[in-house]
Amino acid sequence: MARFSKVKLFFLLLILCSQSFIYKAKSNTIRVGKNKKIKNIHYAILIAKPYDTIEVNNGLYKEGNIIINKSLYIKGINNPVLDGEKKFEILSIKANNTIVEGLTIKNSGYSTLDDPGAIKVYDATNVIIQNNILIDNFFGIYIQFGKNCIIRNNSLQAFGKEEQQIGNGIHCWKSDSLLILGNKITGHRDGIYFEFVTSSTIRGNISYQNIRYGLHFMFSNNDSYIGNIFKNNGAGVAVMFTHKVKMYNNYFINNWGDAAYGLLLKEISDSYIVNNHFVSNTIGIFMEGTSRINVKNNDFKNNGWGMKIQASCMDNNIHENNFINNTFDVSTNGSLVLNIFNKNYWDKYDGYDLDKNNIGDVPYHPLSLFSMIVENNGPVMLLYQSFFALLLDKSEKVIPSLTPTNFIDEKPLMHALIL
Amino acid sequence: MNRLIKFVMLDIIKNKTILGYTLLLSAFAWSIFGLEDNSTKGVLTLLNIMLLIVPLVSIIFSTIYIYNSSEFIDLMVSQPVKRNKIWISLYIGLCLAQISAFIVGVGVPLLLFVPLNIALSMMAVGCMISIIFIAIAFFASAITHDKSKGIGISIMLWLYFALLFDGIVLFILFQFADYPIEHIMVGITMLSPIDMARILILLQLDVSALLGYTGAIFNDFFGTILGALISSIVLLLWAILPFYISLRIFNKKDL
Repeated sequence: MARFSKVKLFFLLLILCSQSFIYKAKSNTIRVGKNKKIKNIHYAILIAKPYDTIEVNNGLYKEGNIIINKSLYIKGINNPVLDGEKKFEILSIKANNTIVEGLTIKNSGYSTLDDPGAIKVYDATNVIIQNNILIDNFFGIYIQFGKNCIIRNNSLQAFGKEEQQIGNGIHCWKSDSLLILGNKITGHRDGIYFEFVTSSTIRGNISYQNIRYGLHFMFSNNDSYIGNIFKNNGAGVAVMFTHKVKMYNNYFINNWGDAAYGLLLKEISDSYIVNNHFVSNTIGIFMEGTSRINVKNNDFKNNGWGMKIQASCMDNNIHENNFINNTFDVSTNGSLVLNIFNKNYWDKYDGYDLDKNNIGDVPYHPLSLFSMIVENNGPVMLLYQSFFALLLDKSEKVIPSLTPTNFIDEKPLMHALIL
Repeated sequence: MNRLIKFVMLDIIKNKTILGYTLLLSAFAWSIFGLEDNSTKGVLTLLNIMLLIVPLVSIIFSTIYIYNSSEFIDLMVSQPVKRNKIWISLYIGLCLAQISAFIVGVGVPLLLFVPLNIALSMMAVGCMISIIFIAIAFFASAITHDKSKGIGISIMLWLYFALLFDGIVLFILFQFADYPIEHIMVGITMLSPIDMARILILLQLDVSALLGYTGAIFNDFFGTILGALISSIVLLLWAILPFYISLRIFNKKDL
């Protein structure tokens, strides 16, 4: 037994040594720049061997489409600019273990047929794209069939005016185990777009003033997004047809407009929405066909509707949240209630707490009659803020007869949670 | 005529009721904006109170005032003054008094706490509502000699515009829920100056996004120059028409 493991160890060492030897022997640095021997990136890639480093010095490079077909470390020194002249896809990464760092990439081509991006990854694993600045591209960073890729600290800016004429900031399709960290995305169609992407993490990104969604998310199971800020996007954030999503510590701010949502959930199940802040959205969370979601410790502030929960939702547990200063805290479109509200703080609650345990002694009905009527008949919103609507609500509060009696928070909190 | 208007105005100001009205309005406005840190919410609350109290005070006070000045009217009619002039000066005097009370009471806090464009339109709408309900008061008091009957009619009219009309709107919306009646609703709201005023203000606030599809249709109409023109003409008609009818009645009336 001992001998066997000694042999094993020997081979292991041998392999390690040979590996490191190969790396040390073959990894070269190729410098590209105006004052260097090699003037263009194309040529540098041509002569490079796998695992070489290409240092791109500052300057303007108009080289059309650059295809990276071997594992290379491409490093920009002092922000070199790669210009696609509005005609080409700029960087196409087709090799595993590639790193792209410190480049400024701008003016990619526009085509709805093959979706050119500033940086596009085709079928590659272990690609790292970091510290780049992307300006005025059709798609920013596009990953298809990627695995174990990291997109970190990039800044993406586009100037889209209409949905059809601009691509997404970070677009990921059919990928697995991606890390999207600390990027800043603005002016694209969707800030971050996920379709069929699994086991990935989106963390610490800021997505603002995008034309459609800050984050658009479909058929992407087992993902988590943590500590992101989604601000002033045309329609907020949409998460659809997915299960096992974790949403922690995100900010959904100022997604305001006729069809804007802080967070739109459609056909979502077995997910967590914890510790998020929904501030000044037309609708904080819109839920449709959602089930088994744990909504906990969220802050709903200054929204038109805090939550809109359609009757198609079931077994959602909404507990220990703050509902402060919303026009309507919650609303629903049917009398069937299969969700649980518990221990939330409602600023409109006017009950009392005799035993001083911070839980109101009278259950709270968060649904106002007017909001329910509006849900069934949209145009009734015309009577919003009229004396008549006020009277309806007050009389319903005294004698509830039309609102579902089981839409109730049995243990409303007396004081807001500190979140 | 100017002297008549001046006399009516001074008489109303001496009355002290108008002073109380000013104080009431300013107490509401200051306390709302003092307590509410969100100015949009403040505007909404003020709008709510304004659309309830301003019509009520305008219509009741004016009706009572017209009946109380019947002796003064009799006296003036015996002088070489045209009946037209007496009635119009009475109207203008009342309007000026009420408008100034409103502007002093609500205008100052509005200008201090609310973005200028919204403050100005709130004030414009408030003044229009005052004028319209004074006109309606003239109408109510012209059609009957009996003071208690006249005041009764005024109260009924106020109830109708402040409350019943919205009930009817709700009824219509539910009866015709299956039909695209949004465009027709634009026309129907014009039948009530209070509703029109409320929607005109709502459309200028951020909360208009809550109105959804219907709000968009209303915005399409009221947002255009033509729409703005039509809505102000309609509001003016509301101020002129009831008064004109009352003027016709007054001219022929056996005092």
